[in-house]
Amino acid sequence: MTTTEAPAVATRKLTYVKAFNEGLAQAMREDENVFVAGEDVAGYGGVFRMFDNLLDEFGPRRMIDTPISEAALVGLGVGAAARGLRPVVDLMFMDFIGVCLDQIVNQAAKMKYMFGGALSVPLTITTASGAGLGAAAQHSQSLEAWLAHVPGLKVVMPCDAYTAKGLTVSAIRDDNPVVVMLNKVLLGSTSEVPEEIYGIPLGRAHTARQGSDVTVIALGRMVGEALAAADELAAEGVEIEVIDPRTVQPLDTETMFASVRRTNRVLVVHEAVTFGGLGAEIAAQIQDAAFDYLDAPVLRIGAPFSPVPFSPVLEKAYVPDRARIAQGCRRLLERS
Amino acid sequence: MAQRASTASKKSAQVSTQVIKDLHERMVRIRLFETEAGKLMEAGKLPGFLHLYVGQEAVAAGVMAALRDDDQITSTHRGHGHAVAKGVGFREMYAELYGRVTGACLGRGGSMHINDLTRGMLGANGIVGAGVPIAVGAAFAARYKGEDSVAVTFFGDGATNIGTFHEGANMAAILGLPVVFVCENNGYAEFTPQSGHMLLTDVADRAAAYGMPSVIVDGMDAVAVHRAATEAVARARSGAGPMMIEAKTYRYFDHQGVKGLRHPYRSDEEVAEWRARDPIDLIEARAVADGTATRAELDDVWRRTRDEIAQAIAYAEASPLPDPADLLLNVYSG
Repeated sequence: MTTTEAPAVATRKLTYVKAFNEGLAQAMREDENVFVAGEDVAGYGGVFRMFDNLLDEFGPRRMIDTPISEAALVGLGVGAAARGLRPVVDLMFMDFIGVCLDQIVNQAAKMKYMFGGALSVPLTITTASGAGLGAAAQHSQSLEAWLAHVPGLKVVMPCDAYTAKGLTVSAIRDDNPVVVMLNKVLLGSTSEVPEEIYGIPLGRAHTARQGSDVTVIALGRMVGEALAAADELAAEGVEIEVIDPRTVQPLDTETMFASVRRTNRVLVVHEAVTFGGLGAEIAAQIQDAAFDYLDAPVLRIGAPFSPVPFSPVLEKAYVPDRARIAQGCRRLLERS
Repeated sequence: MAQRASTASKKSAQVSTQVIKDLHERMVRIRLFETEAGKLMEAGKLPGFLHLYVGQEAVAAGVMAALRDDDQITSTHRGHGHAVAKGVGFREMYAELYGRVTGACLGRGGSMHINDLTRGMLGANGIVGAGVPIAVGAAFAARYKGEDSVAVTFFGDGATNIGTFHEGANMAAILGLPVVFVCENNGYAEFTPQSGHMLLTDVADRAAAYGMPSVIVDGMDAVAVHRAATEAVARARSGAGPMMIEAKTYRYFDHQGVKGLRHPYRSDEEVAEWRARDPIDLIEARAVADGTATRAELDDVWRRTRDEIAQAIAYAEASPLPDPADLLLNVYSG
């Protein structure tokens, strides 16, 4: 199925969670083979209201409440996808992938490969990631690096309502297993969202703001923080370019490289722990492809090497924010 | 105690001549495929690992003879027997063991991952228990699409200690899906005897925890397995939900490979006892005794199968190796 970029004009604003919901509903109308299974997705509408009203429209055949059994839930999706359906399975909190990682990593991601290409696994896994709600160490993680490391999986991280809808639609239309990492803090945030169904191409980065002095590559919720930092820096006469990869696997490195060749300075920011995070991968690739263009080493900003804390004051200190991003850009500019 | 289905039923004691011959042929095909593969491994011709199914043939044959081509199965890392019995071709299977590009997985899977979508063989699996929820998903898809195919998931006694078995059984039961759970209880989880990994005598008792009926059958008797499978499959196909069959069986060879029948974890006497109840000998003796088939007819099955296997091995050996330039093939769709 082709995925087209959304129309440029939108006349209304929608919340992130409603944009997701709308995209999912439209994808379900578009394709009878799309169904949703998960814990409390049908009767309750999902703990984050992601699935509100879908049971009313699509009924219990296509909206399935399952036992709390994440491994069987993902396995259900794998088996159903292998038989030609397009399942959307919801894992609620991303932290729960630990209990079903085999089905994601060894089954969903490898099935096409091991079948010699004879089938595809058009499975969409939706989940909520990120800190900021005081949900503490087992309900707040950003584990995209785990998943992006696995050949066969795709991972998307919508930064706003517009991308939440478009990436969700593309994930469902895609013939590969795709993990849609919604961000908990963004659920109530709004942006302009076209009413019609649209997909945002997977594997293509978006330049959220153009600038000439520093390239900031920001994942998920960090896009908003980076744009806020850009406003702050603009007042100081510094223009930063903000790149939102949108899809972290596959990663659109070409857009990043092109930006780096123009700005010569790079900061990568993500909510996940810095060590072994995607910032390390992105920094390495930039060094490999554009070392001669760099005026300073690639800087990474992420979380410290710690579980996500509960106490709001600690949690706030844990997650990168606009101030740290702005400070990082200033540090990069001090080097020459 | 498990809620037991009526199966072991005497009512269907009569199976047709055709079914007996079918069961026999499926078992001979597995036996010869496996023993020849074992020889190739011993000769150093095959890379990787080889988990042989010899001894357990009655289970695969008995179940698969109750299935249609559009019924789906998920298998274990000891999956050759299931694949052969489901109708996967010798050529693509041997070619896969050899790592050739003509193999069932284009040389990307090997012995532990043979599959064939066209035969409803949804894959042998290198992860113990992982096929269980996948079969549940296949059954879900059948019902969703309004088809009446069923899914069968094969697993060993050891796999019933892992979460996916329990989650999958409960999921199938609560959703009322057409899944048949077939436990091939060969008494060992790798090298650990059943008494060392669970306190139950009968794995079938675990089905009761999920409100699922179960039946225990002699896994060396293909006819008995077939009867149970026929009932479970019919039950699933009719919409009555999942059921479990526990087949008590035995693997002749080691957990992996061919050599080393003398292992401290089981005695020669024990192996000999089970071998004395060989599933193929059993069905042949019965067939000859009751006039279902002549010895010559049975021998002919062996001969034809040997010829077919020799050709398949020759085909595999003559097949090209995968091209390293295609290393990234089929990682993603599109």
